[in-house]
Amino acid sequence: MTSLSRNFKLLLPVLLVIISGCTTTPPFDYASFRQHQPRSILVLPPLNQTTDVDAPYTYLSTITRPLAECGYYVFPVAVVDAYMKENGLPSAEEMHGVALDKIRNIIGADAVLYVTIEEWGQKYVVIQSITTIKAKAQLIDTASGEVIWQGTQAVSQGSGGGGDPIAMLITAAVAQIINTMVDYTHDLSRVAHYGMIYNTEQGFLAGPYLPPQGNDHC
Amino acid sequence: MESIADKLIGAFLKRGVVVVSCLIIGCATSQPLYYWGNYEEIIYQMYIKPGAADPGTQVQKLKEDVNIASSEGKLAPPGLHAHLGYMYFLQGNTHDALLEFEAEKKLFPESAKFVDGLTGRIKK
Repeated sequence: MTSLSRNFKLLLPVLLVIISGCTTTPPFDYASFRQHQPRSILVLPPLNQTTDVDAPYTYLSTITRPLAECGYYVFPVAVVDAYMKENGLPSAEEMHGVALDKIRNIIGADAVLYVTIEEWGQKYVVIQSITTIKAKAQLIDTASGEVIWQGTQAVSQGSGGGGDPIAMLITAAVAQIINTMVDYTHDLSRVAHYGMIYNTEQGFLAGPYLPPQGNDHC
Repeated sequence: MESIADKLIGAFLKRGVVVVSCLIIGCATSQPLYYWGNYEEIIYQMYIKPGAADPGTQVQKLKEDVNIASSEGKLAPPGLHAHLGYMYFLQGNTHDALLEFEAEKKLFPESAKFVDGLTGRIKK
């Protein structure tokens, strides 16, 4: 085995995390996004189709940073959540049902990000465990009701497995870095958000707080 | 004899830890727009680890963040001042709650409608 192919094998776990969110679909049509370019985004607690009760708020606790660093004003997710709960909307389902004009008039958000979590957590496949996050999201303009962006984020982080002992060692080391933090999905959800937002063919256009750069993405 | 591509991949691997931590904490832009400090971690804790982030703890940590941000000439991220204000409100400290809501509005005019609504309810 040449050292090139060995090194490439060592890289695989890192690459898998990076590229597993990619799709083969053509570049997203940004006409509506450009026309309704929002300044502010409200992220509601996601709908949860999984059995992991922590999934929605783990997602919510990691979404502000990537959106804000993409140049948007992001409403304080926990304050909005508390505000809605105090006003008779105890669940994400009910929050997602609030009329857009009400959100525009009371919160003042230009756009709302509606998220549905489809997969969340660890599965054991033969000798390795795989942590997967899959969620679909829609960004809706509160003035027109148009869907100005939509996408699916899907990432998997494997640990263990493989045949090459050195590759296994590196994989284990990467898994350990993840392990020492609070939980798998907490960190992987950050990776998933970046994959979703910072993608120059499918991701978000840059918001008003991001200084102009080479293209109009973040 | 190592090829150039091999050397590049080798160098990349040595930085694997940096790359992974970049992916985790995010470094999509070379210079972050904001000083993030404890804000997102606190939100995570208040939902996922109940008891780990009572309003007093949150106020203390977020005030630290605000101080560090201003001493380093950086901006607090969107939502932080409003979140801090809400924690003051939960503590019964209306005065500081209103100051933080004003700070949010001043930094981010996009928050005006929501913050004015909160302010109105607190003053009632």
